[in-house]
Amino acid sequence: MAFVQAVGGTRYVFPDLRTLLARATPLRSGDVLAGVAAETALERVAAQRALAELPLRHFLAEAVVPYEADEVTRLIQDRHDAAAFAPVAHLTVGGLRDWLLGDAATSEALAALAPGLTPEMAAAVSKICRLQDLVAIAAKCRVTTRFRNTIGLPGRLSIRLQPNDPVDDPRGVAAAILDGLLLGAGDAVIGVNPATDNIDNTIRLLELLDAVRDRYAIPTQSCVLAHVTTSLLAIERGAPVDLVFQSIGGTEGVNRSFGVSLALLREAREGALSLRRGSIGDNVMYFETGQGSALSAEAHHGCDQQTIEARAYAVAREFQPLLVNSVVGFIGPEYLFDGKQITRAGLEDHFCGKLLGLPMGVDVCYTNHAEADQDDMDALLTLLGVAGVTYIMGVPGADDVMLAYQSTSFHDGLYLRAALGKRPAPEFEAWMERMGIEAASGAGELPGRMAPALVGLS
Amino acid sequence: MTVPPAPPGGDGAGPPTPAAAPARWTELRRFTAARVALGRVGNGLPTAAHLDFQEAHARARDAVHSGLDHAALEADLAPLGLPLARVASQAPDRRAYLLRPDLGRRLREADRARLPAAPGAFLFVVADGLCATGVQAQGPAVIAAALPLLRGLGVEVAPIIIADQARVALGDDIGGAMGAAIVAMLIGERPGLTALDSLGLYLTYAPRRGRTDAERNCISNIRPGGLSPGQAAEKLAWLTNAAMQLGETGVALKDEQPTAFLLPPA
Repeated sequence: MAFVQAVGGTRYVFPDLRTLLARATPLRSGDVLAGVAAETALERVAAQRALAELPLRHFLAEAVVPYEADEVTRLIQDRHDAAAFAPVAHLTVGGLRDWLLGDAATSEALAALAPGLTPEMAAAVSKICRLQDLVAIAAKCRVTTRFRNTIGLPGRLSIRLQPNDPVDDPRGVAAAILDGLLLGAGDAVIGVNPATDNIDNTIRLLELLDAVRDRYAIPTQSCVLAHVTTSLLAIERGAPVDLVFQSIGGTEGVNRSFGVSLALLREAREGALSLRRGSIGDNVMYFETGQGSALSAEAHHGCDQQTIEARAYAVAREFQPLLVNSVVGFIGPEYLFDGKQITRAGLEDHFCGKLLGLPMGVDVCYTNHAEADQDDMDALLTLLGVAGVTYIMGVPGADDVMLAYQSTSFHDGLYLRAALGKRPAPEFEAWMERMGIEAASGAGELPGRMAPALVGLS
Repeated sequence: MTVPPAPPGGDGAGPPTPAAAPARWTELRRFTAARVALGRVGNGLPTAAHLDFQEAHARARDAVHSGLDHAALEADLAPLGLPLARVASQAPDRRAYLLRPDLGRRLREADRARLPAAPGAFLFVVADGLCATGVQAQGPAVIAAALPLLRGLGVEVAPIIIADQARVALGDDIGGAMGAAIVAMLIGERPGLTALDSLGLYLTYAPRRGRTDAERNCISNIRPGGLSPGQAAEKLAWLTNAAMQLGETGVALKDEQPTAFLLPPA
């Protein structure tokens, strides 16, 4: 179905829904690279006006990626909850934006609505939101998940402790973990990206993380962010797998490029559940996403990268994850050119994830070939904090010495919690108090209960 | 390293306090190059640590725009006794390279016809990637260490191709054009703050344009303080042997090589 919009005496025609969504997307390099971006600022506004007038019901009739060709589209359509959709079924995209900003959209109403929204609806409304709308609406969303602690409660901000090491040296990993714990990080997960996706190395890291967690008696979960097939192998070999990690995307093709399918993710979740390692909950999956991965795999089907990103959240929510985060600035300047584009994308991803019912965190980050710096990260971090981001990353000094990019530091987490009056997950907060961490922080000596020798650092 | 066994008689509220003198936070720096034990002013970084970071970022920004020194690279590769050929991707300059990765994955058409045929051979491509520093410094040493191991596997090695403005997948396009059995793409990794000199190695069986990331194996962080050229060569030979037996690379080829050598001596 074609959409026509006149603006300033010019008539713009958008041949189908995916084109309309792409042309309505605020400017970013990845959509220009894909050849789907609006040619002019006025064409973009014309698309936004046309999109605002589009009834939400239209999204149930026209898929942006064909149903027959794509298992993610089938998942989205087959899982759509018409009863949950009913309260907004009469609205247009513009009407949904107004409704979301209004008083009727309480935390409870938004949680009830989530299964009734498709990713494309969420993406569409985000395209006609300013940053403050993305912040204000997301701040009303509540998503709570559990494994060994409780993630996502109001007034809380969790942090993934990311103790990566260039050669997976257990001592380097342990030292970074200890540094992070002492600065209040680790309540979301202690999660290592392995330098090499190797089964023996993965098991060694899993055993290390489990031993550190056990030795300090930390109420948190661990994860080695290996490929899902490596984690399955580790489970088979009896390794202590808390969370199974996987990078995912919003089309069958991009997932194939990652070496996964919905069936494989289902198998992985069942494997992790079979270990029954969660003490207070069974959210066992951890997913990462990021705008641009589909184009990178040439599996974007002519869609803009933000719409495809939102579709990845439909994949994620199928598996009831403990944690999901966009790695927003990791992919590079060909997808998000500068700090402005990274900032907008980070807030869009968080907004769409939350609207669709996910425990959404963001890796506030950039690479050295992007036009961005620490000032951009401070701004995005603060905006996300106000938006109620579920968790952020914690990397020693913001410098990931293995993945060669800059994320947020342990200090950044402390800053954000203090600036906004946020606290760690309650179980973790009580543990920090027991261990004497808050009282000791800033001093040069470590509390006795956190002695490095307890984890082999001596 | 192993975590020592838990001391007996824990009180259930955390481990007992050792009697030894309290450890200093700064001792953690002995175990990692990561920015640990930076200190804290309020919740912020002390001034010196903050400015250290700013300097490292400035260096990395400059490194992104560094290119291969061809004369030096060819001189370093010459003793290996293999013919050399030079190609470029379709990205005309650095800005285009950064904004158009699709161009960086495709061989310039004028170069395609000039490539030597090497049917069934093992192909090394040495490429600038996002930062040429690491491949310039370590590429020749990795190939030198790998050649005897590959020949020990009975593998014939093709002429070495040097590529400018290259993305990882350019190796597949080059390998496909030459008819190579396997391509090892040695490419500069994007510069980090701590490592400006990191080399990545990507291995593709039956290379051709259109191969996906899931069809490659990767050895990353080849640099001083990371994997040495010798360790990278051993892993490359192990993966090559496994790929030839399996008839593919990628997620189907699990890296199950024992990894004790990855760790520095305890």
